[in-house]
Amino acid sequence: MNRDSRWGDWLNAVSGVMMIVALYLVFLYAPREATMGDVQRIFYFHVPSAWVGFFAFFVTFLAGIAYLRGGKRRWDVVGFSSAEIGVAFTAMAVITGSFWAKPTWNAWWPWQQEPRLMLVTILLLIYFAYFMLRAFLQDEEQKARFAAVYGIVAFASVPLTFLSIRWWQRLHPVVFDRGGTGLTRPMLLTFLFCLLTFTMLYFTLLLHRVRLARLVDEVEGLKKRLYSGERG
Amino acid sequence: MSYLFAAYAVFWALTFVFVFGIASRQKKLEKEMEALRRALERKKQQES
Repeated sequence: MNRDSRWGDWLNAVSGVMMIVALYLVFLYAPREATMGDVQRIFYFHVPSAWVGFFAFFVTFLAGIAYLRGGKRRWDVVGFSSAEIGVAFTAMAVITGSFWAKPTWNAWWPWQQEPRLMLVTILLLIYFAYFMLRAFLQDEEQKARFAAVYGIVAFASVPLTFLSIRWWQRLHPVVFDRGGTGLTRPMLLTFLFCLLTFTMLYFTLLLHRVRLARLVDEVEGLKKRLYSGERG
Repeated sequence: MSYLFAAYAVFWALTFVFVFGIASRQKKLEKEMEALRRALERKKQQES
């Protein structure tokens, strides 16, 4: 068993246990919110999903810088693996947010009243374009270089989306502001534990996604060896 | 309550699709790699 595999197993186990504890806290420990009722419990998975999405795009941004500095393949792999997780979790945040919006705002997607909804859609489209760019380019080195630059520039949309609810202050609630969180102690504990659990889940998925990309590289390498041998 | 259930159901469905997608691609690639290694071994033996 190699080091990656041991880490993978360990991270799987820790993430699994933490997720079970998180579900216990969300459904059995955290009290029912007085105004919104049970639907408020969506918040405990909605915000951490958005956090993982934003954090994943930040890692793509850092990996892009690292790739441009050193030109090492591993940073390209980390960059696109993290962007993939970022898109998945941002989509989850959008969907869970919509299920919260319907009973709370009486609309699935009130984009005219809430600028963040439009900005998060643009954010997702920007990162879809990241994968389209990668798919169009054939040369591996060019693909990695262009994707690194794109990943750095694309990250500008992340703080814009994050700060939009503070700048415009329309419908979307701000959880952390100068006046505190507005959460009771058990709610805050549940929320912070969910944030930690999702962060752990991110690193678990990243490790497996990076390992998958390495396997693709190894298979390509073996194919080249086999077929070049045949020609020679 | 139905919105709460739907939100968590969609979350878990997407998570499982993502995780099992990675796992099944990993398994497929591991099998392919094994087959390629065997093919390379055979080739080496034939050449020697």
